[in-house]
Amino acid sequence: MKTTDLTLAELSRKLAAREISAVEATRACLDRIAATDPALNAFLVVDEAGALAQAHASDERRARRQSAGPLDGVPLALKDIFCTKGVRTTCGSKILENFVPPFDSTHVARLKAAGAVLVGKLNMDEFAMGSSNETSAFGPCRNPWDPSRTPGGSSGGSAAAVAARQVFGTLGTDTGGSIRQPAALTGTTGLKPTYGRVSRYGMIAFASSLDQAGPFARTAEDCAMILQAIAGHDPLDSTSLDANVPDWVAPLKNASVKGMRLGVPREYFREGLDPEVEKAVRAALQQLVDLGAELVDISLPHTEYGVATYYVVAPAEASSNLARFDGVRYGLSLREQGGLRDMYFRTRAAGFGSEVKRRIMVGTYALSSGYYDAYYLRAQKVRTLIRRDFDEAFAKVDAIVTPTTPTPAFRLGERVSDPLQMYLADIFTITCNLAGLPGMSIPCGFTQAGLPVGLQILGKALDEASLFRVGAAYQAATDWHLRAPKEVV
Amino acid sequence: MAARDNWEVIIGLEVHAQMLTNTKIFCGCSTKFGAEPNTQTCPICLGMPGVLPVLNRRVVEFAIRAGLGTGCEIRRESVFARKNYFYPDLPKGYQISQFDLPICEHGHLFIDTPEGEKRVGITRIHMEEDAGKNTHDPEGGPSRVDLNRAGVPLLEIVGEPDLRSSDEAVEYLKSLRDVVMYLGINDGNMDEGSFRCDANVSVRKRGEAKFRNRVELKNINSFRFVKQAIEFEIDRQIEVWESGGTVVTETRLFDTQKGVTRAMRSKEEAHDYRYFPEPDLLPLAIEEAWIERVRGELPELPRPKAKRFVAEHGISPYDAGVLVADQAVAAWYERAVAAYGKGAKPVANWVINEVLRLVKVSPEGIAASKLTPEKLAMLLGLLDDRKINAAAAKQVLEVVHGTGEDPAQVVEKQGLAQVSDTGAIEAAADRVIAANAGEVEKYRGGKKNLLGFFMGQVMKELKGKGDPKLVTQVLQTKLGG
Repeated sequence: MKTTDLTLAELSRKLAAREISAVEATRACLDRIAATDPALNAFLVVDEAGALAQAHASDERRARRQSAGPLDGVPLALKDIFCTKGVRTTCGSKILENFVPPFDSTHVARLKAAGAVLVGKLNMDEFAMGSSNETSAFGPCRNPWDPSRTPGGSSGGSAAAVAARQVFGTLGTDTGGSIRQPAALTGTTGLKPTYGRVSRYGMIAFASSLDQAGPFARTAEDCAMILQAIAGHDPLDSTSLDANVPDWVAPLKNASVKGMRLGVPREYFREGLDPEVEKAVRAALQQLVDLGAELVDISLPHTEYGVATYYVVAPAEASSNLARFDGVRYGLSLREQGGLRDMYFRTRAAGFGSEVKRRIMVGTYALSSGYYDAYYLRAQKVRTLIRRDFDEAFAKVDAIVTPTTPTPAFRLGERVSDPLQMYLADIFTITCNLAGLPGMSIPCGFTQAGLPVGLQILGKALDEASLFRVGAAYQAATDWHLRAPKEVV
Repeated sequence: MAARDNWEVIIGLEVHAQMLTNTKIFCGCSTKFGAEPNTQTCPICLGMPGVLPVLNRRVVEFAIRAGLGTGCEIRRESVFARKNYFYPDLPKGYQISQFDLPICEHGHLFIDTPEGEKRVGITRIHMEEDAGKNTHDPEGGPSRVDLNRAGVPLLEIVGEPDLRSSDEAVEYLKSLRDVVMYLGINDGNMDEGSFRCDANVSVRKRGEAKFRNRVELKNINSFRFVKQAIEFEIDRQIEVWESGGTVVTETRLFDTQKGVTRAMRSKEEAHDYRYFPEPDLLPLAIEEAWIERVRGELPELPRPKAKRFVAEHGISPYDAGVLVADQAVAAWYERAVAAYGKGAKPVANWVINEVLRLVKVSPEGIAASKLTPEKLAMLLGLLDDRKINAAAAKQVLEVVHGTGEDPAQVVEKQGLAQVSDTGAIEAAADRVIAANAGEVEKYRGGKKNLLGFFMGQVMKELKGKGDPKLVTQVLQTKLGG
């Protein structure tokens, strides 16, 4: 067994027992990245020198018996949306191609404080706008299970890096499914926490009221370990919740779903759902019943309005959030000819890709005077209805289980010319963001062609614990999460 | 010149007042004026990717204070909104402001007009961040942006269109400035732009119910420019209407050199700000207890203070107005009245005529002056006891202002004690009468106003220290009649 085949929890135990050093683990990851990434393009930056220095420091702490905790010495990597002091942060965009932030995001600061080794920055859809990683200005990331297919998006690099065992865990962000959808498509475990559970400070904003950072890893337990390090109130983010952060990891040792009531929403099992995906998900539901859970038929009647609502709210907020990329202070600036307006037009025309431009235009339109009430305000009202759907459901059940995506990983290029088809890739994940709830995707099987299928688990606000519990209990009884793609070298 | 009499003028002012907080509204950077460009900035006020605003609690406190000081209702829940537009001095491409749910609403101020006291409505007061400053090279070189000011907290105070002349506009602006300065939330400095205003001006035929198109005037950052710009604009608009034209709703800049207003290019003002609630900040909830605490800590404001001075001290409204124009002067005056204890009128006179003249030339201001209210009270006591005369008292005041000594000490050291010895005065009077026989004759012949001449001569003999009352008595007796 290779070092990189260990789960994060296993590596953590070996580091604690000093059976392996952080430098060894980091070297193993760097070697693995060097071997596999040319075929995957998961990494935009590999900070070899920085990672080895952090690993050395970790080993020294360990030698002095001053370990910073379970993540000390664990190699992780970050979606390129998190600002890293002194390390280029592009957000997948030409407009930030040479941007080196002067500060660390709260996530980066907290992972550093926990001793994690930050290996590099991961590919993503430009400004997290996309579901296939194809809008990245630096070429698409590929799915380790089939390099002709997408790893999903927008956190495609974060998912692929875990699936290809390049690092032991990654951070991604999820605005409409950008963690759960790629997790499902790559056979990894990915969690979007409750809105406000994790700070947004230093995470480049796409849609502020929906964005949330979360972990990717091989198992639910691994995700819990990463979330443990980054969760909790941040005085730098006014929307971060000042709520108690429970110990998520310890209760997972003997996790059981016995007695849990799991809601199965009718609206998620309809036409458009790939039969192979449905089959794998139904089998997983049966497995949960076998493990002692009770399935409850529920309805989330406003599900069908999710995509439309999302594609008003998210572009509206994005159109404003992306106004700062104007060529004045940082990033791309084409100012050689003409005046101020020329600089704006040239910089933004050359710096943004077409999907980003499309959303800026849609969002600008939705906020325009005369249209605001019909679009933005109405979308916010639908959002309230969607939230109410979940409130009513959670009065009856402890968690909700659904397919994460309607289809397995699609081929690169297959949907690029059809944005609507692309948007529908997020149909099952979007309402969770609109309601601010936590959601997780765990591997639950494969198609005939060998493509992973994901099971989505949605929870009550701040109840990540139940998601980890379902995930850990299911993973204790199954081995989907242990399977590795065949070598992609 | 158009016939103004047929037209009614309608003016509403929008004031932007920088708040006197030490730090910016959404980050910890200093708000100090005059630092090297871009030295008072951080990733947050530079609008770096990924940064978030955190509201400065003091800004809310100041906004509540401003609201209570102008009789506004304070909203228990107000909402920040993004105002979206591109400009190099606006780092995020949007300004965080408040839109449909501002923190304060429905207030008012009183102003003095020739017709008496007038109530002027305040529509709303809201919090927002200031932008940076662009500077342009007149030679056509690159423009520069200084973001030290970006994120400095502002109050926008929107007045109702209740003003009916440029004089009323200036009165309102002065009154508002006094209030925010008294409340300690703004320094009132119009030169540095920390208190600035735009004016909305329109005219309509007398008796007309509907408003006509209005023009927004910018770049009127002194009381004089406010008056000039509005006056120009009133004449311009009346002329346009009377010549059969239509006043265009637009923004016009005041040209301070030529004293005229000119339209901004339409490109500069054709904005759809696409306001929407700021998702990075929660709605601002304010508890009743906070409002009540601020209410309890409000200082007495200039208008009520002036009224109290008139009622309690018996001084004239004019004098009261002079005294309350500066909070520190009013406080100094009140302390002096208390220390003196024998009436406020002489205190008011001395403060207005003498003390203000002295402290004006010293940089530290009245509050830090060595001339304390207690020392003025002592000096007035010496006058009452006829230990010194008025001329000497002025001399003493100047010395006290410079050295901080007790007035009695100064009198003694400089030998300024009043001569009240009748013998000495009589001797001096005799010498003067003997030396001016001609004048004595004229006086006795009926030229009674020569008494002043004799007074002067006797005072000269007494080196200016004679008790004027006694000198007069003695002279009148000796000269007869």
